[in-house]
Amino acid sequence: MILVVVEYANGKVSKSTWEMITAARESGREAPVTALVLGSNIAPIAAEVAKAVDQVLVADLPALAQYDPELWSAAVAQIATEGEASLVLIGGSRSGREYSPRVAIKLDAPLLEDVITLKATGETITSQRYTFLARVTETIETTAPIAVVAVKPGVFNPATPRAEAGEQFDVDLNLPTPRLKVTGKTAERSSRISLAEAEIVVSGGRGVGSAEGFTQYVEALADQLGAAVGATRAIVDAGWRPYSEQVGQTGKTVQPKTYIAIGISGAVQHLSGMNKSKTIVAINRDAEAPIFKIADYGIIGDVTQLVPAILIELKK
Amino acid sequence: MRILTYIRQVLDAEESVHIANNAVALENSKLVMDTMDEYGVEEALRLRESGIEAEIVAVAVGPARVQDALRTALAIGADRAIHVETDIRLDAIALSKVLAQLATQEQATLILSGGQQADWDSHALAAATAERLHWPQVTWTSALELKGTTLTGKHDADEGSESFTLELPAVVTTQQGLNEPRYPTLPNIMKSKKKELRKESLDQFDVMPKLKFVSAEIQVKNRLNKILDGKDAPAAAAQLVDLLRNEARVIA
Repeated sequence: MILVVVEYANGKVSKSTWEMITAARESGREAPVTALVLGSNIAPIAAEVAKAVDQVLVADLPALAQYDPELWSAAVAQIATEGEASLVLIGGSRSGREYSPRVAIKLDAPLLEDVITLKATGETITSQRYTFLARVTETIETTAPIAVVAVKPGVFNPATPRAEAGEQFDVDLNLPTPRLKVTGKTAERSSRISLAEAEIVVSGGRGVGSAEGFTQYVEALADQLGAAVGATRAIVDAGWRPYSEQVGQTGKTVQPKTYIAIGISGAVQHLSGMNKSKTIVAINRDAEAPIFKIADYGIIGDVTQLVPAILIELKK
Repeated sequence: MRILTYIRQVLDAEESVHIANNAVALENSKLVMDTMDEYGVEEALRLRESGIEAEIVAVAVGPARVQDALRTALAIGADRAIHVETDIRLDAIALSKVLAQLATQEQATLILSGGQQADWDSHALAAATAERLHWPQVTWTSALELKGTTLTGKHDADEGSESFTLELPAVVTTQQGLNEPRYPTLPNIMKSKKKELRKESLDQFDVMPKLKFVSAEIQVKNRLNKILDGKDAPAAAAQLVDLLRNEARVIA
């Protein structure tokens, strides 16, 4: 079987799960696509995902109410072994990237991380991923009876649910005791859409002038477009914006349909976090700024004049 | 206690990437210790400065040149270094086997490693090492304290962040925001030259790459590069909005 470990949030199957199902179906491995749902009170998740896979394995246990890398890796490795999986697909979320290596070690399997293409031909699995701050595409091969694959979010087309649902089965698990104790949580939630899910991201850099400038130009444009807000490291370091908004090498990687960079010069560390965006728009005073080299559309000029003019234009 | 900090030597972010023989060619480029690993060395020093008795050992695997990154770690404040010298390119899963064996040999109880490496853009090394050692892990820490054998701190999760407690031994990954790494001072650079940098051969670790790296290509995405002059702000804004609405069709 091909095992897809279901990612979900706020009671809904995450987009990354539908993307993994596509990656599984297009992998070239002739095997039923099996979804594994781990958690507590997850019947609605299992029912939702059943519409896109051949079967669903459900581990609905109080012990799984809280994600833990040791529990998740033990559960996935056990099911992969019992089901003689040939591919194990895990989402490239923070948690997925954290426990997928443990699954690979447990299964003595190779790990293909952040894959953007996946093709199995006979025994060989070929995949591609970005490396060197997303400036290089590497092609990687592996030959093994079972491989663990962490799928980069936002690359594969999400699978479409069918009318007919795959069958559901409950599974028993031998779980270890978690050792990492979570003592508190702080949600990154804001009234805005998250950077990972947004189709449009509006980001600001030093060129917005100040924290107030950021609110006045970047947040205003983001709100007008229903977009997420991003920031460069320089202005996060300056304390203008929280780290959770930072886009780049040491912040978040985003791949929206449209990325609007306001007052961002385009240091390579920032570009590595957004250069896979489908359309890039740049507004900057400096005609020599590197951001213009990777921009599809841009205006060379004063942010304080241009953004208000764009806002007026958008309201027309 | 003994803390291992794992170091990678990577291309300086300002350097261009060159490809030769289907792989990234690093010869003739400026190479530096990975920024994410600097946070690890700094955090080890801070744990010691908080009153914990600890020896800090910097570890790296790679070709002869990697010793320069280890010398940087020694200059920042690591006590000694171990360099497993090899020209074989190991993936994170294979490499974790070396690191786990070194941790056992050195009787380390804490491993610090960068959350993501800037060369292979991978997050796997720390978790894979933790699994090989049967240790717990905590990734993407933004605050860390050690009292006795109990680590407490804060780390990033899928949505937001979490506070945690964890008993040693453990593997911890570091990132921006955890601390501000210090620069090596000239006296410390001079002192570091006298510190131990032990060489080991890869042969003794019985490790084979799990992956075959077939080719590498520089990313080229042809961009439209339609750049407007913004001196007349309302006109430029109108033109941009028109292009985004009617040509690119990315906004309503």
